[in-house]
Amino acid sequence: MPNTQEIQDLVVQVRRDILRMVHKVNSGHPGGSLGCTEFLVALYNEIMDLKDGFDMDGVGEDLFFLSNGHISPLFYSVLARRGYFPIDELNTFRLIDSRLQGHPTTHEGLPGIRVASGSLGQGMSVAIGAALAKKLNGDDHLVFSLHGDGELQEGQNWEAIMYAAGNKVDNLIATVDRNGQQIDGSTEDVLPLGDIGEKFKVFGWDVLEIENGNDLEQVIAGLQEAKGRTGKGKPVCIVMTTEMGNGVDFMMHTHAWHGKAPSDEQLAIALEQNPETLGDY
Amino acid sequence: MTKYTDQGKQDTRSGYGAGMTELGRTNPNVVALCADLIGSLKIDTFIKENPERFFQVGIAEANMMGIAAGLTIGGKIPFASTFANFATGRVYDQIRQSIAYSDKNVKICASHAGLTLGEDGATHQILEDIGLMKMLPGMTVINPCDFNQTKAATIAIAEHHGPVYLRFGRPKVANFTPVDQKFEIGKALMLNEGTDVTILATGHLVWQSLLAAESLENQGISAEVINIHTIKPLDDKAILDSVKKTGCVVTAEEHNYLGGLGESVARVLATHNPTPQEFVATQDTFGESGTPEQLMEKYGLNNKAIEAAVLKVLKRK
Repeated sequence: MPNTQEIQDLVVQVRRDILRMVHKVNSGHPGGSLGCTEFLVALYNEIMDLKDGFDMDGVGEDLFFLSNGHISPLFYSVLARRGYFPIDELNTFRLIDSRLQGHPTTHEGLPGIRVASGSLGQGMSVAIGAALAKKLNGDDHLVFSLHGDGELQEGQNWEAIMYAAGNKVDNLIATVDRNGQQIDGSTEDVLPLGDIGEKFKVFGWDVLEIENGNDLEQVIAGLQEAKGRTGKGKPVCIVMTTEMGNGVDFMMHTHAWHGKAPSDEQLAIALEQNPETLGDY
Repeated sequence: MTKYTDQGKQDTRSGYGAGMTELGRTNPNVVALCADLIGSLKIDTFIKENPERFFQVGIAEANMMGIAAGLTIGGKIPFASTFANFATGRVYDQIRQSIAYSDKNVKICASHAGLTLGEDGATHQILEDIGLMKMLPGMTVINPCDFNQTKAATIAIAEHHGPVYLRFGRPKVANFTPVDQKFEIGKALMLNEGTDVTILATGHLVWQSLLAAESLENQGISAEVINIHTIKPLDDKAILDSVKKTGCVVTAEEHNYLGGLGESVARVLATHNPTPQEFVATQDTFGESGTPEQLMEKYGLNNKAIEAAVLKVLKRK
């Protein structure tokens, strides 16, 4: 296993960023952001092969697409701390004239973003297109994507899942954040998703699981295993179980923090549970 | 009046196919996607000559639009094609978020637009697509009038960076514009100069407007006919210059009068030079089954309807 202390420090710092960003504007989505922090931090700092700087085409590097765009606070923090734009700019999240819109967009020219997302269910199709372009360009880099579990209720995903398997898009690793929650409650109460891994399998994907998506070592190991399974004729799916609101005790085991910001007092408690590691913005 | 000759009836969708064949040979970044309608879109030759640059997505238009958006990341120029109804209304949010808002260089190429799809009926005859597409910020909307112009437009949009909606149709219609013409996006084309009335037409209605102008000439009425192949961006100057001379306008399109060319023209006129205008368009209705000719007659979209609209607008001058 890689030495994960540095990345663990980054995870805690990103959690602080998320909490402070949504608190400042009293809006945004902390729950899913906190649940996927280990994943996105590991992906950008341990797994993906990235060029310096940013260009839209991303030829010669791995690409990532965030389909569940509402976890933008996480995405912005990870991108800023990876050097895509100044960390101070996190201060502008959701403010007027900001490049850090409520949901990610290319429209304001924020480096690191390659497509708008927020209206759910569209990211896998875009990731497939980018993966096909890589094949046409003879670029053997990979395309990663992240999807909410509730988001799989959108039918477009199943068009995409069918397409990727049928056309052997084997340079794609799609991860499903299986936190079991959506706005109106448990996914199994709102519209049951059942065994997501089995569903991908019968559609023809190679599926693996990360049992605890909030365990950094498990996440890194799972992503490395997934990379090893690319290029073998099947798209790869990771079903990753996470805890929404992870790292903040009162935000866990509930869907209440899907799209709600903490109060001043709640922020203080949450930050106490996540002491500063790399410096606040 | 200026004489135009029908070089032999052809469908505008075959113009798209011919344009794609040429692009396949000349632009290695052009890729094509289709949702189970290869034969209807006439792209067989492109596929045969460039199998690695063609993506059959099946009956899954939402996925097609997303894949097209993704293909631009890496420098491809995707031409995503299907029937107009499934290329717009069915996938509006996919186009809105993944293509238009994301400023992706995708060409949405839509056949079987309007009533002239014919016998399949209203489920397949979209009369709202121009409105849907022109409302999207950054979207260019083009509706060429015949085979030659559709081919030229197909080739031209590959050179334009940004999302484009290219609308064409199913039936064989007069092919009267020059072979191998240069197509300039947003530049209206003067087809016949006149002094009494301006006819602004798009798509299949352009030829019908020329027929109407010929008949009007015999009645001593001088009609100016302008081909508005690009509805967005609209050639405001060409419209205003003509209206200054004639003082009244008829717009003609195979589309609902709500949201179509006519409304775009009315906006320009209301802002700069309020002018009497009549709309040859469908009147907020769905279509139905029938032959293209029967439908155009019943819904008032042919040369006779244009002629009647001219006589009406002249009285309002």
